[in-house]
Amino acid sequence: MDIRIENISKTFGQHPAVNSVSLEIRSGELIALLGPSGSGKTTLLRLIAGLEHPTGGRIFFGDEDASRKSVQARNVGFVFQHYALFKHMSVADNIGFGLRVRPRAQRPSRREIRARAEELLDLVQLPGYGERFPAQLSGGQRQRVALARALAIEPRVLLLDEPFGALDAKVRKDLRRWLRELHDKTGHTTIFVTHDQEEAIELADRVVVLNKGVIEQVGTPDEIYDTPASPFVHQFIGEASSLPVTLSNGEVWLADRATGLRSEGNGEAILYFRPNHIEVVEGCSGCIAGVVVGSRRVADTRRVEIEIGAGRHRVEIDLPVGHPAGEGSRIAFRPTRWRLYLSGASENAAPRKVAVHA
Amino acid sequence: MSGTAVMRFRQPSVLPGFGIALGFTLVYLSGIVLIPLAAMILKSAGLGWAEFWRIVGDPRTLAAIRLSFGASLLAASINAVFGVLLAWVLVRYSFPRRRLADAMIDLPFALPTAVAGIALTTLYAPNGWIGQFLATLGLKVAYTPIGIVIALTFIGLPFVVRTVEPVLREFDREAEEAAATLGATRRQTVFRVILPSLLPAILTGYALALARSIGEYGSVIFIAGNIPYVSEITPLLIVIRLEEFNYAGATAIAAVMLAISFSMLLIINLIQAWSRRRFGHDG
Repeated sequence: MDIRIENISKTFGQHPAVNSVSLEIRSGELIALLGPSGSGKTTLLRLIAGLEHPTGGRIFFGDEDASRKSVQARNVGFVFQHYALFKHMSVADNIGFGLRVRPRAQRPSRREIRARAEELLDLVQLPGYGERFPAQLSGGQRQRVALARALAIEPRVLLLDEPFGALDAKVRKDLRRWLRELHDKTGHTTIFVTHDQEEAIELADRVVVLNKGVIEQVGTPDEIYDTPASPFVHQFIGEASSLPVTLSNGEVWLADRATGLRSEGNGEAILYFRPNHIEVVEGCSGCIAGVVVGSRRVADTRRVEIEIGAGRHRVEIDLPVGHPAGEGSRIAFRPTRWRLYLSGASENAAPRKVAVHA
Repeated sequence: MSGTAVMRFRQPSVLPGFGIALGFTLVYLSGIVLIPLAAMILKSAGLGWAEFWRIVGDPRTLAAIRLSFGASLLAASINAVFGVLLAWVLVRYSFPRRRLADAMIDLPFALPTAVAGIALTTLYAPNGWIGQFLATLGLKVAYTPIGIVIALTFIGLPFVVRTVEPVLREFDREAEEAAATLGATRRQTVFRVILPSLLPAILTGYALALARSIGEYGSVIFIAGNIPYVSEITPLLIVIRLEEFNYAGATAIAAVMLAISFSMLLIINLIQAWSRRRFGHDG
C-alpha cells in the first residue's frame, strides 16, 4: 500500500508537534522515522494510524483519502512501545481479538480464528504459547505477540512506535534482525519510530530524520550518513565535531590560520567532520592544531578530545590506539571528509550548504 | 506441626522479624475478631440444636434474614454498576467542581448513618420532597424494602467508587488505542477490554459494599418502618431479642448471619483470586 502524506500538521495547544510534513512511502518499504524526543515522530505515526486528528493536511492510503476515516476503518496494524496487550486475555485471544470484533458477516469462524492465531504464533516464533497470559511472557515475547496481533487483521500498513525501546540491548538487537527478516517475508509496508540512529540505519530501507516537527532529510541510510543535508542531521547521525570558520579567497580559515581546506564562497560558516575522517599532519602549514585535553578508548581506536585556539572549541578525533599523544601535548590534523554549512542562519532555517568534500 | 511445614514458612528473607510479625498478627486478629466471634458462637451453642433451629427456623427470623441478604445483594449490585460509572466520570472527564464531586463520594463514609437514615426518610416519606411525587405514581418507598435498598445503596456507594477509581486511573490507555486500531468499536472496547480489566476491583468493591450493607443498622431502621415479616432487617431483630433479654436467641440469629456472610465473602474472594490469576497480577 502506497502512503502519501500531504502537508500534514498537528498542533497541541500552541505547540506545533508536526509542522506541514509531506512524505511519500512506497508499497513494501520499511521506513524509519528518526528524531530526538519531541521531534514529532510519534505524533506523525499516530496521525497515520488515525489515533490523532490532523490540524491540517491529508493522508492517502493508495488513492484513497484516509484522513477523514476513523482508526477502526483504516485497518492499520499498530505496535506500541509498551506492548499494550490485553492482560486478561490469553496470547491466542489477544491475537484473535481483531478478528473477533469484526461484524458478524465478516467474522471468521471460531476455528478459523484459532488456526490463524496458531499460524501467527509460528510466524513470530512462539509456537505453543497460545494458552499463556501476557504476564507470563518476557518483554521480547510480549512484543512479538503484539506484532502477531497487529498482523492478524491483515493490515494495509504496519506501524511500530519505538517497538524495541523497552527491551534490553541484546534482545533489541535480535528482534531488530528478526523484524527485518519478517518484513522481507511478509512484505508489509512498515513504518517504525525510533530515537536510536543505529537501529534506523541498520533496519530501514529509507530513513526520515525529523527535528522540531519538520523533516530534515529523507534518504537511504547511506545518503543520511554520507551526505547529511543539514547540520542537525550531521550531528544526530553518527559522531560529528564542528568548528566555526571563515571563508575567503577560496580557503577555509580558522580564526587567522589557514586550515588547508579549500572552498568557494565568503563569510562565516561551520565546518563539520567525523572523528574518523581525519589525518594527523606533522608541522603545521595549513592544518587544525590544538592541545589534547582528554582521551578515551572507543572500540579499536582512541578518541581524543582537542581544544583549539583562543576560542577554546573542542573537537574529537580518532587516533590509533598506540598513538603517543598524551594529555597536554599538541597535535595537528586535517579533516579528509568534511562539510561546510553557512552560519548566521538561525538553527530552524535550513542552512545553505556551500561545500561538500567527501 | 510437621517439620517440613515449618521449613516452608521459614524461607530466608531480607525482611526481618517474620516470627514476631506473624505472632503479632495472630494475637491481634484473635483479640479483635476471633475471640468475640467465638464467644458469640459459644453462647449460641449453649442453646442446643433443637432450640437453635427453632429460633432460626422461626418465620419472622427467616423473613428478616431473607430481607437483609436480598436487599444487601441488590444494593451492592446497584452500586457495582453505578459506582463504576461514577468512577469512570471522575477519572476520565474533567469538569468544573470535579474535586467537589469527588469529595462528595466519601460523605456516606463520614455521615453518622442515623442522620443519613433520617434524611432519606424525610425525602422518601409519602409527604416528603421526592416521596410525594412517587406517591402519585402509586410507588411507596419509605417503610418498604425499596426504602431499605435505597439506604443500603447510599451507604455502600463509596466502596465501589474508591476501589475502582485507582485501577481505572492506572489502566493502560494504549490498550484502548490498540483495541481501536484492531477495529473494535468503542462499545466493544469498553465491554471486552476495559470492564474485564476492572473486574477484580469491581468485585472487591462489591464485597466491601455487601459486607457493609449486611451489618448496616443506623440508616435502615429509620426508613424501613420495621414491620415484622415485611421490612424488618436481621440486625434489628437481634437488637429486639436483646431488649427482651433473650441473649441466646440474639446470638443464634447472629451466628447464622455470620455463617452466611462468611461464606458469601469467601466465595467472592475465591472469584477474585481466580480472576487475579487469570489476569496475571500474581504472575
